[in-house]
This record gives sequence, structure tokens and C-alpha cells, in this order.
Amino acid sequence: MTSSFSLSQNRRRWTNYAMHGLVIGATALALTPLVLIFIYLIMKGAGALNWDFFTQPVGSGDGVANAILGTATLVGLASCIGIPVGLLSGLYLSEYGRTTKFGTILRFFTDVLNSTPSIVVGVFGFAFIVIPTKHFSALAGAVALSILMIPIITRSTEEIALLVPNSLREAGLALGLPRWRVILWIVARTARAGIVTGILLSVARVAGESAPLLLTALGNLWWNRNLNEPIAALPVQIYNYATSPFPKLWDQAWGAALVLVGLVALTSLLARVISHREQLR
Amino acid sequence: MQTSKLAQSGFRTESKPEQNHSTSSDVTHLQAQHIQAWFGHFHAIKDVSIDIHRHKVTAFIGPSGCGKTTLLRCFNRMHELVPSARVEGQIIFDGVNIYDRSIDPVEVRRRIGMVFQKPNPFPTMSIYDNAVAGLRLSGIRQRRKLDEIAERTLHRAALWEEVKDKLHQSSGASLSGGQQQWLCIARTLALNPEIVLMDEPCSALDPMATAKIEDLITELKEDYTVVIVTHNMQQAARVSDFTAFMYLGELIEFGTTKKIFETPDKRETEDYITGKFG
Repeated sequence: MTSSFSLSQNRRRWTNYAMHGLVIGATALALTPLVLIFIYLIMKGAGALNWDFFTQPVGSGDGVANAILGTATLVGLASCIGIPVGLLSGLYLSEYGRTTKFGTILRFFTDVLNSTPSIVVGVFGFAFIVIPTKHFSALAGAVALSILMIPIITRSTEEIALLVPNSLREAGLALGLPRWRVILWIVARTARAGIVTGILLSVARVAGESAPLLLTALGNLWWNRNLNEPIAALPVQIYNYATSPFPKLWDQAWGAALVLVGLVALTSLLARVISHREQLR
Repeated sequence: MQTSKLAQSGFRTESKPEQNHSTSSDVTHLQAQHIQAWFGHFHAIKDVSIDIHRHKVTAFIGPSGCGKTTLLRCFNRMHELVPSARVEGQIIFDGVNIYDRSIDPVEVRRRIGMVFQKPNPFPTMSIYDNAVAGLRLSGIRQRRKLDEIAERTLHRAALWEEVKDKLHQSSGASLSGGQQQWLCIARTLALNPEIVLMDEPCSALDPMATAKIEDLITELKEDYTVVIVTHNMQQAARVSDFTAFMYLGELIEFGTTKKIFETPDKRETEDYITGKFG
């Protein structure tokens, strides 16, 4: 068994083992901080969770219920603006703007917006909505968050739609469908799983934003009764609690952080389940 | 509205007998006049004129790159979808030039259907949804009507027995290659087009599936005019009534299949048929 054939095979086997180990090691390394954060969050935050925490507003000192609802409201409103705009822009770039000058310009500025620090978006909201209307508001916060969502959704939708084979577009057009129907019913539908992933990433990203909200939604100790008034949000509340001098509030901050992470995870899971259920065998 | 304008101009078949005076257009369903086509600077089709006969099967043969697929795509205005592609000349379909400015390519494609070389069912749609995709996406919503057309066209494409129990559960992409191609044919027939263009419909299929599609083509000419591009000369000989031989973007010879295969006029045709090149 000393032929060159078995030798090279041996070497290949060991190279394979080594590479396999390297990949597993790298994955484990990347996941370690995530797992540690989860464990730490549960250890520190689980103690703060009780009935009052989920039902009482911040002002009572016992709960963050209004901040949970506030984050849901802000993210929901931001999605109402961000998802349609982002989705349609992404489809525009992939279907009409592949090589056009306008498409290239749009793509460039979308990338610039994507890498803009979120505090800058907050300043924008402050300057263009808060100052003219003379008050902080949930709407200003939602607009700021939607500006952060749009470039993420646009670029991910574009990338995924580009992966849809051209033969499917041609099949639709050859059936006598107008182009807009082919795009909405065939391209978007085929790319659905990827588009949903992009939307979820953007939702998760803005749900955890605090900087732009400090300058737009401001935060609120009590329930928000009007979208034209300031509204509480979990990240803002975590920030406020964490920077306060009272140990009890630090515990509340950990609890709120745990709730925020849990909510984002739950939303992603839910969207995945719904999207998956509609899939065919 | 676009549709009514088309109808008035005799674009609809129903009004055809009164509108067309010459006897030749009763047999001619589609007439290409001096068609030239380009991809960027590449001159793919050079001045091709041809008459496609009603309720007959016309086959286009020729070596790879001779322009037969491009010409087929000119027949339902699919060629112009390629960026940088360009067409010149006229294609007369029921008395109207489909390249006329007032003509909506969407309606041309609805009435001149196309089956592609590679089966391309919509992967996220069920078998049923694939079969009725063209109808549903162009606005027909009545469930009963869709059910009826789906069953009829799937029967017609000889697929019904194999898929009737999984119409709504299985994706079009879960079928075998041959079944996918039949589904694509059913999808095209569901719109009840007048002409069916087929671009090498069997080149990705096994011999059994090929034989089945060839039988289908022969049946289809009862109700439709069929134009088929094929690189398989035996297939052209088996299924077609007329054969056109193309070479380097030009139409070299056109005639009845019998004539082209037995007594071609042109030297190039004979060389290709007898396998001297290509």
C-alpha cells in the first residue's frame, strides 16, 4: 500500500479533515458571543420579568408595557412606509434599472444611505419633522426608522430578484402578461423567501435602534394616546434605565433588553412560519 | 382602447373572412416580409420572407446559430425583449402588421403562444396555478371556468391522469422534465392562442417524452397553427408539413417537407439534409 495513488488519497483525506475542522471552529467562534449574550441576558434579565413588567407603564416604575407597545407601534408604522417603498425600489432596480443611468445613481445613493450612521437619520428627522411641527412625535420616529429600513430592503430585494432566472420572465411575457404583472406575480413571488429575509433583517435592525428615536420619538413615561405625541420605545428605555443611578432600574434595563431580543426573534420566527406554510412541495 | 382598435382593424380572427380579400391569406396565417433582426451590431436575420400556413406544422431547421430561434422570437415580438435587440420588416398576422406602432405586443403574445426549449414552469406555483397562470394573471377569476380550462388543457397535454391528484399540492417544478414541458404546453394552450411557436421543445427531453410531444404536435394542428424550431432533422421530417432551411441568418429554402427532404432545389439544403455539414 505504498503506491502514489494511496498516498495522494491520504493527503487529501487529511486536508479535508483539517478544512472541515477549520470551518466548524470558525462557526463556533462566530456563534460564541451570540450564545454568551443570550445566556447573560437571561441570567440578568429574567429576574425583572413579572406581571407588572408587561402591564404597567414606565411611569409607574414597575413595568415597560408602554415601551413594548411603543416599539411595536414604531416598527409597525415604519414598516408601512419602508416595506412598500423598499420593495418597489428593489424591483425597479432589478427589472428596469439594471443598466440605466438613473438605476446606477439610485443604487449608489441607496448604498450611501445604507451606510449612514443612524444618529444622522435621527438628526434629519429632528430637523425636518420635529422642528417644523414643534414637537417630538411617534410619526417622526416612524419616519426616521423607515429611512433606515428602505435601503436594506431595496438592496436585498434587488439582489434576490436578480437571481430569478430570465426564462421565467420570458415565460410570463410569452403568456401575454404585461410586464408589471410578470414582475409582481412571477419575479416577486419566486424571490419571496429571500425578500422576506431582507425585510426581517431590516425590521430586526430598526427594532433595536435608539439613537434616531432619541431625537424624534423622544420617549414617554406613559401610554401614547396620539401619534403626534412622543412615544416610548424599548431601546430608548434601556438606554435611559442603564444610564440611571438606581440599581433597580438597571435590572429593569436587563429585563427590557431580554424582551426586545425575544420580540425580534419571535417576529422572525412567525414570518418564517407563515412564509414557509405557503410553500409547495 | 387598444383592444377595440385591434378588433376594428381586423386583427381578430372572427372578422377575418370579410376583411381579407386575397385567397392566399386564407391559407396564410402569418406572413413575414423582409424581416431583419439584430443583436447590437450582430445581424442575426437577413431579409427573411416566409408564409406560415394555417393549421399546418412548419418546421425551421438549420445548424446552430443560423437564426431560426431568433426568427421564431420575432413572430410574437419576444426578440425585442433582449436589450440591444432590434427588428425591421413586417409580420402580417390576419391582415395586420404586428410591428405596427398601434399594436400592443402583450396582445400579440396572447394570441401567438410560445413554448421554450428548456421547460420553465413557475416554481412557486402549483400545477393547477401554472396551467391557468396566463388566464388568472390576465384577470379571469371565476373558479368554475378556471377549473374547466385547467382540466381540459391538462388532458390535451396528456398530463391530467398523472397530476390530477396533486394539482394544488405540488409545485410545477416537482414534475419530471417531460412532464414540466407538457405543463408548459398546457399553460400555453390554456390561453387558446391561434399560433403555437415551439423553440426546440424536445431538446431537453428523453426519447419517450419526445415521441409523446411529437404526437401532440400532430394533434394540435387540428386547432392551431404550429411553428417548430428543431435541430433534429428526423423530427422535422416526422411532424411537419412544411420545412424551412436557414443558414447564417438567411432563409435558404422553403417548401413542403417532402420536397425539402427528397428533392431540394438548393445545394446547401441538400448538403445539410444529407449530413455533409452542420
